[in-house]
Amino acid sequence: MTALDLRGVGMIFNEGAANEVTALENIDVVIEPGEFVSLIGPSGCGKSTLLRLVGDLLQPTSGEITVNGKPPARARLDRDYGMVFQSATLLDWRTVLDNVALPLEIMDIPRHQREETAREMLELVQLGGFADHHPYELSGGMQQRVAIARALSFRPSLLLMDEPFGALDEMTRERMQMELLAIWRETQTTVVFVTHSIPEAVFLSTRVVVMSPRPGRVSELIETDLAQPRVFETREEPGFYEMLTRLRESLRKVDES
Amino acid sequence: MKASLRTTVSFVVTVAALVLLWEGYKAIGQATGGVWPGTSMNLPVRTNERSMPHVWDIVGSLFAPARRGGEDILLVILVRAALWTWRSALIGFVVGSFVGFGLGVLFVRSLLAERGLMPYVVASQAVPVLAIAPIVVVWSGRLAFPNWVPIAVISAYLAFYPVAINTLRGLRSPEATSMELMRSYAASPGQVLWKLQIPASLPYLFPALKISASASVIGAIVGELPAGFPQGLGRAILSFASSFSSAPEKLFASVLVSAMLGLFFVGLISLIERWTVPAAMRLREDPAIETGAIPRPAAVTA
Amino acid sequence: MRKTAPAAVLFVAALGLWEGMVRAFEIQGFILPAPSAIAEAFVVEWPALRVAAIGTFGSALAGLAVGVILAVAVGMAAARWRGVREGVMPLAIAANSTPIVVLAPVAIAWFGLLSPWGTISVVAVLVFFPIMINLVRGLLSAPDSHLELMQSYATTRRQVLLKMQVPTSLPYLFSAFKVAAALSLIGAIVKEYFGGSQDRLGQYITRKAGLFQFEEAWSAIVLASAFGVFLFVLIGLVERKVMPWHISVRSRR
Repeated sequence: MTALDLRGVGMIFNEGAANEVTALENIDVVIEPGEFVSLIGPSGCGKSTLLRLVGDLLQPTSGEITVNGKPPARARLDRDYGMVFQSATLLDWRTVLDNVALPLEIMDIPRHQREETAREMLELVQLGGFADHHPYELSGGMQQRVAIARALSFRPSLLLMDEPFGALDEMTRERMQMELLAIWRETQTTVVFVTHSIPEAVFLSTRVVVMSPRPGRVSELIETDLAQPRVFETREEPGFYEMLTRLRESLRKVDES
Repeated sequence: MKASLRTTVSFVVTVAALVLLWEGYKAIGQATGGVWPGTSMNLPVRTNERSMPHVWDIVGSLFAPARRGGEDILLVILVRAALWTWRSALIGFVVGSFVGFGLGVLFVRSLLAERGLMPYVVASQAVPVLAIAPIVVVWSGRLAFPNWVPIAVISAYLAFYPVAINTLRGLRSPEATSMELMRSYAASPGQVLWKLQIPASLPYLFPALKISASASVIGAIVGELPAGFPQGLGRAILSFASSFSSAPEKLFASVLVSAMLGLFFVGLISLIERWTVPAAMRLREDPAIETGAIPRPAAVTA
Repeated sequence: MRKTAPAAVLFVAALGLWEGMVRAFEIQGFILPAPSAIAEAFVVEWPALRVAAIGTFGSALAGLAVGVILAVAVGMAAARWRGVREGVMPLAIAANSTPIVVLAPVAIAWFGLLSPWGTISVVAVLVFFPIMINLVRGLLSAPDSHLELMQSYATTRRQVLLKMQVPTSLPYLFSAFKVAAALSLIGAIVKEYFGGSQDRLGQYITRKAGLFQFEEAWSAIVLASAFGVFLFVLIGLVERKVMPWHISVRSRR
């Protein structure tokens, strides 16, 4: 069974009104379980919209989406999604532990069990010592790690990430990318990852979906056949630079058309 | 500590400046015979003992017997009246706050309710309260309610509004992505309300409660005017206003005590806020005195 | 259109229910007169109501104008000089939590029973504080990054005021105007309650309520309320014209 199947998906905002906008048109993408797929493209290409369609936060105006063989609404009710946004969106009034445990609380998991799980998740993102802190006591990178721990806490089969490292500095960003890959290998979760960054897309993904704007379309699908597991040195390999160039060219084509 | 000391000092300085202004104006008027110095233009307010008693006479009158041969000093009588008024104001404040909070929750849950009722919630505050006060008093009299009931109703009428508006504002304060997150967990509307929206609205609640506290005092005093109950501050002001020519300082003293009641109530709410809301969670500054439309979070777009 | 429909439907329904209840349960006029009876009283009393309304609304608006002028003058000074601000703001915030309307009898004592300045001064003092407080907060609400940007253009203080601070203060100011419009009517009517010309709404309402002529009293209440709502709507319209870019305006469309 495919993890994610998009067939002829289109999205028109304010359909029929004067301010009608076609955000996405005729999107066809199939993602297998365990893949790490990045969506990249210039602003306005609808990559965040596409992520929200998959996550059932928006409904497409045409086409069909299937998540683990189910419609997105069903998948959401089955708690198949872990979402991470550019801002960590932690709740200020909860401790780090309680933030990570929030989805479990909503799913009515008993207290001792959800605290145990939340502590495990915090260990996974290397924040075990910060369980009782409040979000405002943490740096931006640490907050984003809490958001990832929160998304993983209920073991969703699909991780939807919308520029999760967009607001971080370059060094923190590279470290977080390593951590994310380690988590991905360990949990075998399928990841759909929206980004603006060419090196980020190449380093993280098994495949990159290049999108073009106005209306948003898939212009190219690129396999990144760099060796797994990716390590710090991967960024220094000639193959990495070849992939960067390939992706950059593809994006330039998109920009010129 | 340093900041609060600074506030205290500047407050004392300002009060002293006001007393100086009052006494200075009076002294100029007395010296020139009631005209601007060097001109023949009349000062806007006469400066004689009747129109502007000395500050110390006003304060002094608080500690003199209210009536010749009376037992109680004026301060005791006014404080007793203030407490009677405060009781109605407090009841109105509590009722009004609950109603306001309930309306805020209703509006955030139901667009239809917001569209149907919000214009009237806003319009309710454009109705001059004193205009409805006599009617409320008559209703209450007909239904044989205790006499604080109509006063509390009028207080509640003024108090519910700021709470309703700020509750709605606070319930809508979470970022769009926080709401999306809750949706991705397939959280029920009740869970979104209890775990996200209501906690997020609390910082907005206390500033509204402060505005409501002062509004409830205004409502109680204004409500007492046409009610004719002898116990409250409104009535005291009315009777001292009618005996103004013989004892002007008593009217000023009762105005002073009314101001104190308002400050006391608002100060009390501030203290409760300090005890219950951690500093990091408080809004940096009370939101501006707000009215009208509260923006709904924009629809999610790319 | 769809936005205003629920409110309009509710209005008609409430009016119908009110009329129906009064008729069905034969509720007597002193408890709640029927809308039709109020409308009738309104028509009959119109000559007297018109005179009273012009007097009351006139002094409320005059007081509002005086209050706005004073508040803008003091508010600009407080936003400009830190020393002024630290002296004035705590006092203004404190004064704003006191029942200022109780100054009404003092105003009568100072300006005389029939002087229009009695009402004007009460209203002016009443609206002064919310407008001043909101203006100062609005003028100081420009984010630091915006001010730094202005500084990088080597702008004069006047340019910063006109191009940055005044626009950022507008949303605050319009909020305050709406509060002040309602306050001005409350102030005028409370002042009239304490005394003054007989031809004013405050006196009219108390007189009619005292005579148990509640249809007439209600017709004056409806008139005063309608004027309050009218001012509110008017300010809202001006707000939309002046600052169509603001979120609170945009989301209303």
